[in-house]
Amino acid sequence: MDASSIIDTLTGVVPGTSYEAGKSVDFATLYVPANALVATCQALRDTPSLRFNVLLEVTAADYLPREPRFEVVYHLLSVPNRQRLRLKVRVASNEIDGAVPTVQSIWPAAGWPEREVWDMFGIVFAGHGDLRRLLMPEDWEGHPARKDYPVQIRKAAQTYEPLEVSEEEFRANIARDRMKRAH
Amino acid sequence: MTVNMGPQHPSTHGVLRLVLELDGETIKSCMPTIGYLHTGIEKTAEQKKWQQVVPLVERMDYLAAQSNSLAYVLCVEKLLGLEMPQRVKDIRVLLAELQRIASHLVWIGTHAMEIGAVSMLFYAIRERELLLNINELVAGFRFFPSYFRVGGLREDLPRGFHDAVNAFLDRFPAKIDEFEGLLTKNDIFNRRTRGVGVITQDEALAWGLVGPIARGSGSDYDVRKYFPYTGYESYDFNVPTATEGDVYARYRVRVEEMRQSVRIARQAVQRISPSGAWACDDPRVVPPPKDKVYTEMEALIQHFLIYSQGFTVPVGDAYVPIEGPRGEHGCYVVSDGTNRPWRVKMRPPSFMAIQALPKIIENGMIADVIAVIGSTDVVMGDCDR
Repeated sequence: MDASSIIDTLTGVVPGTSYEAGKSVDFATLYVPANALVATCQALRDTPSLRFNVLLEVTAADYLPREPRFEVVYHLLSVPNRQRLRLKVRVASNEIDGAVPTVQSIWPAAGWPEREVWDMFGIVFAGHGDLRRLLMPEDWEGHPARKDYPVQIRKAAQTYEPLEVSEEEFRANIARDRMKRAH
Repeated sequence: MTVNMGPQHPSTHGVLRLVLELDGETIKSCMPTIGYLHTGIEKTAEQKKWQQVVPLVERMDYLAAQSNSLAYVLCVEKLLGLEMPQRVKDIRVLLAELQRIASHLVWIGTHAMEIGAVSMLFYAIRERELLLNINELVAGFRFFPSYFRVGGLREDLPRGFHDAVNAFLDRFPAKIDEFEGLLTKNDIFNRRTRGVGVITQDEALAWGLVGPIARGSGSDYDVRKYFPYTGYESYDFNVPTATEGDVYARYRVRVEEMRQSVRIARQAVQRISPSGAWACDDPRVVPPPKDKVYTEMEALIQHFLIYSQGFTVPVGDAYVPIEGPRGEHGCYVVSDGTNRPWRVKMRPPSFMAIQALPKIIENGMIADVIAVIGSTDVVMGDCDR
């Protein structure tokens, strides 16, 4: 199934959205506007002729200095139809704060990959709810996979004081736990 | 009670940390923390020339090095539009299958050891040693051979390769029976694994767990059958599945996968002639043969250019998936037309498996966490990259 027939099917289900077929050497690629992403993904998963039931990964690429600067890339797989599909969402550098919605409601697998994209590129997914650092340390500054982020950078690791518990606190802790279990 | 399992726990396969909220011995919530092994390989790859990325990606999933590099080289070859000679394809299939066996051997050894069958590790590592010896014979490296190159292989197969592979393939099926004799009907192993860590097929697919985990839950999705690459369509093999979706089902699937890998490897080794083409004949990518370099000016220049500037890859992007030991290893590469990749992204199956871990183990027992982590066969290098 090539990109144009997928677009034909999609425009029937999600009216009023303009899709654009991308150039690719492997399988169909669609450019999806960010505001229609969730409706499109819902249609891709639930339309019987498409049935893209697996989200393989979410990633991004930084095309600095081009504008729109980022592309968020979704790789989809339809096991019943033996199909693959790539979705791309263009994100301009002034749209990184929440223009792209999360697709966790369609595929729960999107949670961590979206977190990783935020961690690495700083693209915020609207409605994600758990955008914390995933691969980088919690207190890291900047988003390392961006093209304007220096390649070789030295940063001292933050150290924490060891946790010290006095004997009384320890006993109280154990006692509280026992109390909780007794109830 | 909150328990920190890891990052130094011996059975979390590297540096995975699980923050477990317990009620007695029942797990109320689980929060995995990853990133301890993050080394920025994808960022580093953007600074290297195309061919130099091969050793880098091999260090991601360090138990299945050649699965990573196979995905990467196939992806770059797709962008370049290269077609490999049949012999190169067969050698790649053979080494990828041996890599799958080697990875599954580490899995079966550690998985069984963690849930009580300590001696299993010795049986498994003994066989893996033979596979590492084959790697050493082929490439001089045991863990990270970097033998697959964009445009073919690094060099021709060494003398004695067929003998070493045939010796292993003759010996190994009996060893799988031995493993099964130790585990399959073992009462303790059965009680620790049956009905534990159940995930349904729909859940597994929704969480992106394509690979042995989904096949243990009844899906028959295998990249080698659904989207054949590097000549898998010409091999005769089955995709083992199980329907229970528990730890034991995933055990049965992986053990049967080892038998099927032996079957594929036997077919491959018969097809490979002792000497012949080991690279494609594209002068953009493959340096000219040494005797020409020493005698012809043009060949010398070409040799010099390939090793100093590298080659360029047409503008575009491609995603090539392969069936790795842990599931779908995919490589997404973006090229801007220069001699260095613009972006290299691996799809790590372990990353997805750890994401879904809370889903599988919540409301289970704490002792089952060890069995479930073992059955998902996660490698933290693959997860954190």
